[in-house]
Amino acid sequence: MALLQIAEPGQTEAPHQHRLAAGIDLGTTNSLVAAVRSGQAQTLADKQQEHLLPSVVAYTEFGIIVGEEAQQQQIADPLNTMSSIKRLMGRGVEDLRLLGDELPYRFAATDSAVPRIQTRRGNVTPVEVSAEILKVLQQRAEEALGGALSGVVVTVPAYFDDAQRQATKDAAGLAGLNVFRLLNEPTAAAIAYGLDKSADGIHAIYDLGGGTFDISILRLNKGVFEVMATGGDSALGGDDFDHLIAEWIIAQADISEMDAGLQRQLMQVARSVKESLTQHERAGIDVSSVGWQGELDRHTFNQLVDPLIRKTIIACRRALRDAGITAEEIEDVVMVGGSTRVPRVRELVSEFFGREPLVDIDPDRVVAIGAAVQADILAGNKPDAEILLLDVTPLSLGIETMGGLVETIIPRNTTIPVARAQEFTTFKDGQSAMAVHVVQGERDLVADCRSLARFELRGIPPMVAGAARIRVTFQVDADGLLSVEAEEQTQHVSASIEVKPSYGLSDKEIADMLRASMEHADDDVKFRQLREQQVEAERVIEALTAALAKDGVQLLNDDERQLIDAALQQLQQLAYGDDAAAIEAGVKSLEQSCDFYVERRMNSSIHDAMAGHNIHEFDTPEK
Amino acid sequence: MAVTLTQAAADRVSSFIANRGKGLGVRLGVKTSGCSGMAYIIEFVDETGEDDTIFEDHGVKVIIDKKSLIYLDGTELDFGKEGLNEGFKFNNPNAKNECGCGESFTI
Repeated sequence: MALLQIAEPGQTEAPHQHRLAAGIDLGTTNSLVAAVRSGQAQTLADKQQEHLLPSVVAYTEFGIIVGEEAQQQQIADPLNTMSSIKRLMGRGVEDLRLLGDELPYRFAATDSAVPRIQTRRGNVTPVEVSAEILKVLQQRAEEALGGALSGVVVTVPAYFDDAQRQATKDAAGLAGLNVFRLLNEPTAAAIAYGLDKSADGIHAIYDLGGGTFDISILRLNKGVFEVMATGGDSALGGDDFDHLIAEWIIAQADISEMDAGLQRQLMQVARSVKESLTQHERAGIDVSSVGWQGELDRHTFNQLVDPLIRKTIIACRRALRDAGITAEEIEDVVMVGGSTRVPRVRELVSEFFGREPLVDIDPDRVVAIGAAVQADILAGNKPDAEILLLDVTPLSLGIETMGGLVETIIPRNTTIPVARAQEFTTFKDGQSAMAVHVVQGERDLVADCRSLARFELRGIPPMVAGAARIRVTFQVDADGLLSVEAEEQTQHVSASIEVKPSYGLSDKEIADMLRASMEHADDDVKFRQLREQQVEAERVIEALTAALAKDGVQLLNDDERQLIDAALQQLQQLAYGDDAAAIEAGVKSLEQSCDFYVERRMNSSIHDAMAGHNIHEFDTPEK
Repeated sequence: MAVTLTQAAADRVSSFIANRGKGLGVRLGVKTSGCSGMAYIIEFVDETGEDDTIFEDHGVKVIIDKKSLIYLDGTELDFGKEGLNEGFKFNNPNAKNECGCGESFTI
C-alpha cells in the first residue's frame, strides 16, 4: 500500500508562505552564507559589506572572535587562533599524527578519540570551533532575512566520509541550526548553474581555492548527481601563487634579510599583484620598506605559476581516468574558488577540457549559492519543484559474512536516503549470537575494505544451522549517515548501531580504494569463489559431524561409517586447498555418499515423532 | 455512511494543518486514472462545496464529495511508516483489487 501525502487543494499553487532557509559553505579558508530572496539566490554580506568570512576563530582574553578580526590575531597569538579547522573535522587522534607537524596547536592529552586543542578559554574540539563560525553565519542570515532560520544546507567536500560529515552536522547542531541536509560542494556548484535542470550528462567541477584544489567528475542521471571520481591536492591553492610572486620579488629586489614583518608585507603585495594581473597585462610593484619598485607582466606571472596549474591538470586527467571517461565526454566545466579568476588557470582548463568553463557566477560564492537554492526547495518554498536533489553513497556498504567475505547491502552510487534489508542465517546449530561487522569499500574481502563498526546480536533462540532468519537493515539518511539494525525474525530480538567512525578517509584513500577494486577485480572474484566453496564445505562438514555425533552409532554400521568418514576426510583436505572447483566437487561427492544416511535420519525422526502415538491421533479431528 | 480516521492519522492531519497555518480539514476522494481504475485523493481543504459531506473523527474534519463517498464508505484512513517513507493509507473495504503500488484500486 502506497503511503500518500496530503496535497494542496486541487494541487494548485500553494499560498506563498515563505520559510526562511540558508545555504552555508563552510570552507577551509573562508565561509559564506547565502539565501534565496525574491526568487534569487545571493550570498549575504556582513555590516562591512563583506561576503567572505575567514574561517578563523580566536580565543582571546575578552571572548571568542570569528573572521577578519580573528585572522589579525593569528600572527600575534597563533596558539589561541584556530584556522583551517576543517582539515581536522571528523579526524581521530590517530589521524592527527599524520598531519602532525603542520599544526601549530597544543593538543590536550585525552583518552577520547576526538582531539582537543588547548586554548586560554579551555580545551576545544574541531566541532566546537566550526560551530563558532556557523553561529556567526547564522546570525548574519537571521539579521538579513529578518527571522529565525527554519533550516540550512551545509556543504561538504565530495570525499568527506561518514565521520567528517557527522562532525559537520554536529557542529551545525551545536550552533543551534537545523540541518536539512549536507550537500557535496561540487554538486552545489552544479546546482548554482542549474545543471541539475539540464539533460543528463557528465560535468567537471574544478575547485581551486586559497589552499586546496579539488576536481570532481559528476554524472547527472535522472536528476541525481553521482560522484564518478574525485581528486585533487590538499596543499595547492592561490596562496602558493602568492608565494611564487613573493619569491620573485625577493630575487628581483635582491632582498637578503627577511623578518616576519617583511614576509607579511611581501605576501600582501604579491596578492594584490596577482589580483591586479587578473584585469591588467602588467602590475606595478612598490616595496617601499626596502626601497624597491618594479613591474610584473602577465607573461612572466604565467611562467611562474604554470607548473602549479599543470599539477591541477594532471589531477584532472587522473580523475577522468578514474571515472573511465575522456575529456570530450564532459558536458560542462564549472569553475569554483577564487583562484579560478586567474586568466592562465582558465586558459589551461579550457585547453584541457576543450571547452570554455562556466565562470559567470562569482567562483567564491557559487557553492553557497547552490546550497541556498537547495535549502529553499527543502524548506518547502517551491511546492512545484520536483527537483529534490539526491546524493549518492560514495562507497559500497556491506557486512562481513563467513570466510571474511563482504556481502554488499547498499552498492556504491545508490541514491540516498535509502534503506535496504537482507536476511542472513546462522552457521552453527544452536548459535545464539551473531557478530555484525559493517564495512565500507568495493573489494570482496573484508581485509581489503574499511571497517566502520561492529556489534553483536545476542539472544537468537537455539535452532539448527540455517534455520534462523536474521534481518539486517542498512539505512543511510539524507546526509549520508549510516545506521544498521539486525533483528531475529521469530523472537524479534534486535541490536543496532549508528555509525559515527572516529577516523576519516582522505579523498586519495577513497580514490585508491576504488582503483584497487578495479585492479583486483579478477583476483577478488576468484578469491570470493574459493572462499564461498570453503565456507560451504565447512558448513557441510560441520552439519555432518554434528549429525554423526548424535545418531551415527545407531543408524550406521561399521562399513557405512567408514565410507562416510573417508568422504568427510577427503573434503576436509580439499577445503584447505585453493581449488574452488575441486572443493565444489568434493561437497557434491560427500553429499552423494551420505544420501542413504540422510534418508535414514529423516525416517528415524518421523518414526520418533510418531512413536507411542496411535495412528488415529494423526487424523484430522472431527467436529 | 461514514469514514473514519485512526488516532495516528488524526494526529498527523492536525499537525500538518497546524504547520500549514490554515485548513478546515482533510479532503478524501477518488478520481479515475491510476494503474488499476481509481486513484485516491488526499488534500487540504480551505473551503467546502455544496456536494460535500463532512464527518468528524478524533477532532478532525473529513470532507468528501458525494460521488467519492460511494467508493469510500466505510474507509478508515491510517498513517504509517515504511522504512524512511511515511504517509497515509486508505483501508477501504470497497476495494476489491489494488494495483501493486497501492495508489489505485478497483471495486
